[in-house]
Amino acid sequence: MPDDRLNSFKSGPDEDGRFGDFGGRFVSETLMPLILELERQYEYAKTDQSFWDEMQDLWTHYVGRPSPLYFAERLTEHLGGARIYLKRDELNHTGAHKINNVLGQIILARRMGKTRIIAETGAGQHGVATATVCAKFGLKCVVYMGAHDVERQAPNVFRMKLLGADVIPVTSGRGTLKDAMNDALRDWVTNVRDTFYCIGTVAGPHPYPAMVRDFQEIIGKEAKEQMMAAEGRLPDTIIAAIGGGSNAMGLFFPFLDDKDVQIIGVEAGGKGVNDRMEHCASLTGGRPGVLHGNRTYLLQDDDGQILEGYSISAGLDYPGIGPEHSWLHDIGRAQYVSITDREALEAFQLCCEQEGIIPALEPSHALAHVMKIAPELPRDHLIIMNMCGRGDKDIFTVAKALGWEMEAG
Amino acid sequence: MTRIDDTFARLKAEGKKAFVAYVMAGDPDYETSLEVIKGLPGAGVDIIELGLPFTDPMADGPTIQLAGQRALEAGQTLEKTLQIARELRKTDDKTPIVMMGYYNPIYSRGVARFLTDAREAGIDGLIVVDLPPEEDKELCIPAQEAGLNFIRLATPTTDDARLPKVLQNTSGFVYYVSITGITGAAEAQAGDVGPEVARIKAQTDLPVIVGFGIKTPEASEAIAGVADGAVVGSAIVGEIAAGKPVAEILAFVRSLADGAHRA
Repeated sequence: MPDDRLNSFKSGPDEDGRFGDFGGRFVSETLMPLILELERQYEYAKTDQSFWDEMQDLWTHYVGRPSPLYFAERLTEHLGGARIYLKRDELNHTGAHKINNVLGQIILARRMGKTRIIAETGAGQHGVATATVCAKFGLKCVVYMGAHDVERQAPNVFRMKLLGADVIPVTSGRGTLKDAMNDALRDWVTNVRDTFYCIGTVAGPHPYPAMVRDFQEIIGKEAKEQMMAAEGRLPDTIIAAIGGGSNAMGLFFPFLDDKDVQIIGVEAGGKGVNDRMEHCASLTGGRPGVLHGNRTYLLQDDDGQILEGYSISAGLDYPGIGPEHSWLHDIGRAQYVSITDREALEAFQLCCEQEGIIPALEPSHALAHVMKIAPELPRDHLIIMNMCGRGDKDIFTVAKALGWEMEAG
Repeated sequence: MTRIDDTFARLKAEGKKAFVAYVMAGDPDYETSLEVIKGLPGAGVDIIELGLPFTDPMADGPTIQLAGQRALEAGQTLEKTLQIARELRKTDDKTPIVMMGYYNPIYSRGVARFLTDAREAGIDGLIVVDLPPEEDKELCIPAQEAGLNFIRLATPTTDDARLPKVLQNTSGFVYYVSITGITGAAEAQAGDVGPEVARIKAQTDLPVIVGFGIKTPEASEAIAGVADGAVVGSAIVGEIAAGKPVAEILAFVRSLADGAHRA
């Protein structure tokens, strides 16, 4: 029974912020009082109807929720097996699922009287969503972005600047998402009084993994209702791409206790899950460790030093993964697989050609796995794949990978 | 009694404040770093904080971030950091060594194995930045059981209601972080720090040492004057980064130690 906490996969985290052995609060003492206060405020807001009323109003009128559940007819025919449904979160305002979570955190920040918002971003989608909501509410916004990502995601950098955010290129470490998160934490530790740290994924110290999941859960709740309306029953398989894992957690969570629903998370396999770590598959190629406030699977060397991952998709380029995914992996409730750059690029093109949808490179990884399994499945097998972002931001990367000449401007 | 307890007893008898120096193990390379560390007791250092390099030092400013990177690029590992302690113990059995760093390299080695190795290497205490009291079961309690001090950071955001929790399983001394921020950033002000140290001392008999933002002999003296001692890290690491000769680095350390000992 879903409401029996002992037999539910939905009862985590415990009071120490743990999902099994994963999660926790591994932060410096300076931040500890802040995250305890955040937890108190969030626990209060969660039970406050006016908080959710405000969210619902903005989801409806600002974001454009509910996002459609779309039957991908030609893709289904092309692959010749399972019926494929796409959860269209790429149609949200700002083009990805990220804004679901940002709205929740910014409303909370406003209730807490915080006036300055900081965020980290990899591909730039979370940074754009944060800059957007800050603009809407007139809040100061500072986005930390790895210097390497600033280069490869120039359109999103310009968007953030148009929206009034300060984008700070991070050169510490190797200048990617993990370093951006380090610098955001350093900012927070320095500006403790007025600043709210808006984390973009289901990672970080408790309560972030649970809170971000709760704000993204709308994806799975809608998908469940929509599938019931379309087919009169639950899906057989649900699939989503994973970097930190927020879109996946959002889709998965409402289905965790539906034991006949198969759950698959797709990590970025880069050039292949190998010893040279040219991938970002933390679960497939990493082991448990502690980083950025939580214990989770990490890419690391034998001495516990964190390794840089690699993926064609900047949004999946993170050496860790949300702790709840680590737990779901260990207990076997969800299955985690990896997809290479090459497979993701094929899926990207197929989706453009068959459905007239340009997907982001992140969900292209999920779609590539759908392409692998759908042909072998019966025609009444129902798949939901989370189309968590649109691909406009990626066209330069894809053009380069496909050997197209494209002049920007 | 650990070497840390003995040291504070000695300083108390001499009527002196403690001077604590932080150096990143293996920066810029193993040999140089060992030479600097071996020279610290002779330069007046009462307690050595031995930095354990980590790729993602979230509480540190650029100076110590870069020191960690240099050390890792030169091949420093947790094993080699323990080796530095073992080498120092061959010539010095009195100066306490406190290993300071982040949890993952320790967790990766395995807590039980690490504690045995650390004790055998002659390490006396641990400061692990990303282990607040909420995570005491991870390392703090096993470390105390293994006979190592676990030194906790108290910060300006640690209010009176929370302070008992921070002090509960702390031993050796309390490290008061003088600013909200990262290492090597804003300058610590004795006027702000004094009342905070008094606030902590009202709740504990442990010595209170102050660090973060202390860069000069004058600041070392001023801060030690309102506490039981002062820690300098980034300013020393900065000298090492500048490639100065070891004798010059140690002369600078001597001036900082003299500052604290004048207080």
